[in-house]
Amino acid sequence: MRSVLSLTVNGRAREDLVADNMLLLDYLREVAGLTGTKQGCDGGECGACTVLVDDQPRLACSTLAHQVAGKRIETIEGLATRGRLSALQQAFHEKLGTQCGFCTPGMIMAAEALLRRNPDPSRDEIKAALSGNLCRCTGYVKIVESVETAVRAREAAE
Amino acid sequence: MLPFTYSRPRNIGEAATAGAQPGTEFIAGGTDLLPLLKEGVRRANRLVDINDLPLGGIRHEAAGVRLGALTRMSDAADDERLRRDYPAVVEALLAGASPQLRNLATVGGNLLQHTRCLYFHDAAMPCNKRQPGSGCPAWDGQNRGNAILGGSRACIATHASDLAVALVALEARVVLGARHGEREVPLADFHRLPGDTPQIETVLEPGEVITAIFVPAAPYSRRSTYVKLRDRASFEWALTSAAAALDLAGDTIRQARVAVGGVATKPWRLPKVEEALAGARADRSIFHAAAELAAQGAEPRQFNAFKVELMKRAIVRALADAGSLA
Repeated sequence: MRSVLSLTVNGRAREDLVADNMLLLDYLREVAGLTGTKQGCDGGECGACTVLVDDQPRLACSTLAHQVAGKRIETIEGLATRGRLSALQQAFHEKLGTQCGFCTPGMIMAAEALLRRNPDPSRDEIKAALSGNLCRCTGYVKIVESVETAVRAREAAE
Repeated sequence: MLPFTYSRPRNIGEAATAGAQPGTEFIAGGTDLLPLLKEGVRRANRLVDINDLPLGGIRHEAAGVRLGALTRMSDAADDERLRRDYPAVVEALLAGASPQLRNLATVGGNLLQHTRCLYFHDAAMPCNKRQPGSGCPAWDGQNRGNAILGGSRACIATHASDLAVALVALEARVVLGARHGEREVPLADFHRLPGDTPQIETVLEPGEVITAIFVPAAPYSRRSTYVKLRDRASFEWALTSAAAALDLAGDTIRQARVAVGGVATKPWRLPKVEEALAGARADRSIFHAAAELAAQGAEPRQFNAFKVELMKRAIVRALADAGSLA
């Protein structure tokens, strides 16, 4: 069965006819055309599909699209403003936190949620906030450094 | 994913009626159910989403705290009073899953999560829990993660919840709602031992949902803690865990509560350990002697015998941690 789903994606209100059993992940990638959100393990274990739902990081692979009716969804595509990378995106780019790139959107969205809640996190708080995001190519040192760099850049910009 | 229909009832009567239909599953956070549906481990024709039922919120009362079943794990973990008055509960919540999952998963659903036994999750293998009568390959197979307590020849799958271990130590009760009102069950009696019917995991009737969890305020609640031992420091299941709570008069233990996880087929309270501690001095030699009693009746298999010793040490550490709390 299909029914109408109304929600906000990256600041824009949308209405789509969506199947009952469609995952939020598939809705974002296939209906909304936002392929920045990645499908990793598809089982809630890797964090690659992390998006923000009303500012909270959640897993789009373990959420039905209809479960977020009326809510505010943000994906990696929503972070840049007028073609300028956000502080986190810029820091991941400069500090080589992107590595192979696959886990990056999930890492950045988890980090974005952390910085909205806690603009000046300790290294341990950063690690805890990213503990649900797995990197399978390189490791976490550059990723944590990237978040720390973004924290300093945001402070300097204020 | 198999096709299913989706409904979102507004009250418990509608939900109970819809949920009692064969082939129907309730969904709340969905973090356990959706991956199982994708893997073909569970099947459903209809999902009944209970998120619109008024079952959220945390209410502190003189007698204890009532956690609405739909309270997200993250919201419970952020509750300052819960952290102060029932620290083992918050420590167990934060030891479980990942931040993203805790934002989705509910405390009621956490109690109902399915086992992490390798064979339950591999739809190509037999499993008595998934397909009754098909056999238990864990018995002589890769059973490092499996239970040493409470198992049967049909099933040695562990119960995977951290939260339930802390709750059972603190004598929590679950409130169950159905079309015809509510009933209350001690959490210790909520999960069933596998016996010959490992597919029946709880005392829930068709259409019945957990509406709340009640944790009584007791003299030992504030001095409670949760220790989790696992293969890596975060986002991993327990090999062994222990919850301990102590009511102390000076350095004498008035009463103790102890439960273990990762080692048993359901959240596992240890009354003999508690009895051995009652009236004794709170020191490490006493903790060691009491922890020995935890292993009575343990039946390890080939690859999980290490859990016997690990469990005793987890209990000693949890008791020592609880004893040192201000």
